[in-house]
Amino acid sequence: MKEITVISGKGGTGKTTFTANLASLLDNLVVGDCDVDAPNLHLLLNPENKSEAVFKGMKLAVKNDDLCIDCGLCYENCRFNAITAADYQIKNLKCEGCAVCAYVCPTDAIKMEETETGTLYEAESRFGEMVHAKLIPGADTSGKLVSEVKNRASELAKEKNKDWILIDGSPGIGCPVIASLTGSDLAVLVTEPTMSGFADLKRVMEVVNHFKIPAGIVINKYDLNENISAKIEAYAAEEKIELLTKIPYSRVIVDSLKKGELFVDNDAELRTKMLTVKEKLTKILEK
Amino acid sequence: MAEEISLSILSGKGGTGKTTLAVNLALALENVQLLDADVEEPNDYLFISPEIESKETESVMRLIPEVNDDKCTACRKCVDFCEYNALAMMLDNVLVFEEVCHSCGGCKIVCPEDAITEKEKELGKLRHDSLSNLDFWQGELNTKEEKAVPVIEKLKTKIDRDKKVIIDSPPGTTCPTIEAITDTDFTIVVTEPSPFGLHDLKMVIEMLNEIEQPFAVVINRAEADSDYLIEDYCQEEGIKIILKIPFSRKIAELYSEGIPFVDKLEGWDEKLQQLYQEIREEALKQ
Repeated sequence: MKEITVISGKGGTGKTTFTANLASLLDNLVVGDCDVDAPNLHLLLNPENKSEAVFKGMKLAVKNDDLCIDCGLCYENCRFNAITAADYQIKNLKCEGCAVCAYVCPTDAIKMEETETGTLYEAESRFGEMVHAKLIPGADTSGKLVSEVKNRASELAKEKNKDWILIDGSPGIGCPVIASLTGSDLAVLVTEPTMSGFADLKRVMEVVNHFKIPAGIVINKYDLNENISAKIEAYAAEEKIELLTKIPYSRVIVDSLKKGELFVDNDAELRTKMLTVKEKLTKILEK
Repeated sequence: MAEEISLSILSGKGGTGKTTLAVNLALALENVQLLDADVEEPNDYLFISPEIESKETESVMRLIPEVNDDKCTACRKCVDFCEYNALAMMLDNVLVFEEVCHSCGGCKIVCPEDAITEKEKELGKLRHDSLSNLDFWQGELNTKEEKAVPVIEKLKTKIDRDKKVIIDSPPGTTCPTIEAITDTDFTIVVTEPSPFGLHDLKMVIEMLNEIEQPFAVVINRAEADSDYLIEDYCQEEGIKIILKIPFSRKIAELYSEGIPFVDKLEGWDEKLQQLYQEIREEALKQ
């Protein structure tokens, strides 16, 4: 069983579209959507949810005003500006659940309570089981929810003896991306030939290198700027990252997405490219 | 002098055109300050100040515990207290895992032996460039660091309310995004007419309504045959669409080179100035 995580650094490069199309070509797989801030994979895979579970990712401080003596110790010791200066109320959106306020409170007015931060879904798609999740807006536990999606996907894969786990990762370089990559066998980086796409690719590669796993690059919309595409290819060669494919700036892809369809079903040439990607991934993972 | 406003520019998913709008709007206006708060992947500089790495830089630090083994009695109080498992007991020594430490300072407070002190570690950087009509600030999270919020907090201390303030926010609906838009007078949500765009727009709007932030929508990559995806939803919800930027290979190509489209396409300067005035009136009414 091999786990592949698709990431991009920059958002909007085509990470989710790529993942959905690749999913349709892999056999015997479990898919996980770890972009829990903006989960979109289900819009292309149309899974049917089989079960859902409330996810309690973090504890938050809750204050009992009857016990509070307005001493201000909680305010003074909170490093996250999560307590108001005027009347020592807890700002849930800023609280990181460290419990320092509860510890320093002389009257035990503050308790730490588990809070619902998201929902985890197990679903059935036409290409296999799918685990996805939705974070409650403003909740700051996306890293933990990402880990939860990955754990569940991996348990399912073991139970059902699957060959592949395919993870749609989060954009950026922070906590959710690090959680998306943890434990993966291979990272696929979907990039685009723009100055920002290239800059972000280099930043996220620093994170990938930290994990010491092989990586492959996909240049999406490569003909939008062939000059920058060539630079990305040179960078990949230098860093010994395999170039998996180059996908053109294509009307078929835009139109397929708008209809909620897969481009591999609408264009033979693109399908061939994606099959090559599958072969290359298999080869890298055999090494 | 007319009262100016602060605007935050936001999107549910990345890559919808947030940077494009922020940069072009900033360049179309005068007496403006642009703050790039998308600290995980700051990109505005590519259009505004490509050489920013050589300009003025300020570190954003966080605190990491250090354990004095001579004073430590291996009582485990710090290890048990840490909510993030950033401390562990190895034989009779406390190990610190800097990556997962949230810098809350709890371990130092609970230690009965005064064995824990804190040292500074760089979390990120602020970069600054002063152009003729544009004061530009960028927040940047160091790679392998996880916590964007303190970098954004520090960045926002640079806000100059005598200027038109534009904040390019991180995409999404989590804490860094909320941090970036809090206390701005008005938010522009950039979306695109696709099922992904619509889905993520709804998530952002749920968040904006929860924090009672006034906002309006801009459709990027607008196309006659698909704009209804966004338009129908906005009409139903009573949300104003204040601008459409057309789907255009030319705009995409300019973006790819790091060239702001206001420099190359006719009429956009005026259009974006008008947009600011409309939003300003709307925001001052509220």
